[in-house]
Amino acid sequence: MQLSEYTQQPAPVQAPDDVQAPWRRADAEPFVRIENVSKHFGEFVAVDNVSLDIYQSELFCLLGGSGSGKSTLLRMLAGFETPTSGRILIDGVDISAIPAWKRPVNMMFQSYALFPHLSVADNVAFGLKRDGVPRAEVKKRVAEMLDLVQLGHLGRRKPHQLSGGQRQRAALARALIKRPKLLLLDEPLGALDKKLREETQFELINIQENLGVTFMVVTHDQEEAMTLSTRIGVMNQGEIVQVGEPHDLYEYPQNRFVAEFVGSVNLFEGQVTEDETDFVRIHSPEAGSSFFINHGISCAPGQKVWAAVRPEKIRISRDKPEQADNCLEGTIDEVAYMGSLSVFRVLLPGGRQIRVTKPNMARRFDERLNYRDRVWLSWSGDSCVVLTS
Amino acid sequence: MMRYPGFMKTSAWLGFIFLYAPIVSLIVYSFNASKLVTVWGGFSFKWYAELLQNDQIIDAAMVSLKVAVSSATLAVVLGTLAGFCLSRFGRFRGRLALSGMITAPLVMPEVITGLSLLLLFVALEGMFGWPSGRGTTTVIIAHTTFCMAYVAVIVQSRLASLDESLEEAAMDLGAHPSTLFFLVTLPLIAPALISGWLLSFTLSLDDLVIASFVSGPGNSTLPMVIFSKVRLGVTPEINALATLMILVVAIGVLAAAWQMRRQTRRAPAA
Repeated sequence: MQLSEYTQQPAPVQAPDDVQAPWRRADAEPFVRIENVSKHFGEFVAVDNVSLDIYQSELFCLLGGSGSGKSTLLRMLAGFETPTSGRILIDGVDISAIPAWKRPVNMMFQSYALFPHLSVADNVAFGLKRDGVPRAEVKKRVAEMLDLVQLGHLGRRKPHQLSGGQRQRAALARALIKRPKLLLLDEPLGALDKKLREETQFELINIQENLGVTFMVVTHDQEEAMTLSTRIGVMNQGEIVQVGEPHDLYEYPQNRFVAEFVGSVNLFEGQVTEDETDFVRIHSPEAGSSFFINHGISCAPGQKVWAAVRPEKIRISRDKPEQADNCLEGTIDEVAYMGSLSVFRVLLPGGRQIRVTKPNMARRFDERLNYRDRVWLSWSGDSCVVLTS
Repeated sequence: MMRYPGFMKTSAWLGFIFLYAPIVSLIVYSFNASKLVTVWGGFSFKWYAELLQNDQIIDAAMVSLKVAVSSATLAVVLGTLAGFCLSRFGRFRGRLALSGMITAPLVMPEVITGLSLLLLFVALEGMFGWPSGRGTTTVIIAHTTFCMAYVAVIVQSRLASLDESLEEAAMDLGAHPSTLFFLVTLPLIAPALISGWLLSFTLSLDDLVIASFVSGPGNSTLPMVIFSKVRLGVTPEINALATLMILVVAIGVLAAAWQMRRQTRRAPAA
């Protein structure tokens, strides 16, 4: 986070829908505030001084690998773990001292944790019954909720009689029925197969938008995070490394960890040779070439930096492009045909490998680039991001 | 698998014969009309009828049943608490020691368990005046102590296989930890409790050694009566009684096994 102070990168393009993106406004009031929260397990620091603001009706995603502290943070929000230090506020109320069973927060578990001895309808009704809601109202609200998740006809089944996707929706219904202020979802699509996951994620977004409940999702799957969320917080070793909209994280990563964790990237280590206000030039010995980047950065002369280029932003061609900058020659080392696109691994004379993806626009095979072809790689000055850490 | 079909079949049969030949002969001779145990004199239910006339045996059977039901019930309550502590309270001081100690009665020689309990009861009576003398109460307490170990082990393994997020989910949905035990945990471990109860029941019904140490006059359990009668010579009546006991124990063990199987078959859904 602190890196952004001396890495001036072009500001993300301002979309006109600022009303729907309160995090872009300075005066917006956050709905969930996590203030300097840390969690230690003995010597081990699981969550390290995390501060985070989440706004009403957001679908916020915590993205990180295993052991990054994302699940511990989620469990602190649910009330299963107590922070070692720091506060958590929901809708202005400090919930740190409120036990899990009294918090206006519900959770959808990774294993779904449906009670195997209760029917689907009784599972969904469980939360309302604990609150002493009158029986007639429980029945009505359970029926409504089951209809919402398209399980209206399966209320009398036991969880083990449901398919994976149905179980996921039953768990969602159970977590939503108490109308929580914040819904926590632990790897909500993790247990589903790929095809079902794609359908379900849009369903999840629909339900979230209809109900306007604030969602907080924990996942290790960057694709899931990108499609679901309004904003993503990337976590590594207990710290939040970057918070931003999916587009920002992908196009303007602030450090190598985010660049490499979200999508794939080609990183070139190098040194700044020219540093002007509107461009920089970086010499990279491992690429055997200089890169031109059409925005300024502020850094010490001679400082070690990394130029990051996404595989799909690199043009690959048999003929030498006309541009003089950001141009490399190499040999195709490997081709992976994936249907909609092809992935090339190009070997530079110095031994460095570069990953390039190219959509397969033509159907005919003979026009395609092949193994051992000599090719030129090129990209424009604004496709590259300079990282200082 | 089928390389030595003949060998497999033979060894299986030999094994079963070795295990069950004594029991089968006992059952067969319980239907013997002759008064001589080893001479077959035709089929009859005579000894079963005679059994029902024998007050001493009927009384002992009632004592045994009473002891078995009470100690199984107590063992389930205490064993569940112990099993729950071992699997749910994380790492507390002395957890390892407690889990080792809880299984000790399973391997402890019965003579030692019986003797130590007898000494304890005598000392307690001397100090507090309770339990006054040896009788049904002391047998129940003694049986509870060793049955409880079995229940604790069964409950602990069931809880270990239970997804802990089920309890967290209940708490998350507003169940106070005290109610969540009855609403979620208890129904889910119920099969383990039932099989633990049935196992305790049969163990208590079978026990001779411990009961001999801690029971008092006029409170002999069924195995004690059988044992004392056999010392005076085996009668066909005892064969009939033993057959009935085998029947009860077999039903108990089969029911416990059936419960366990049902529980493991359901486990993946949990």
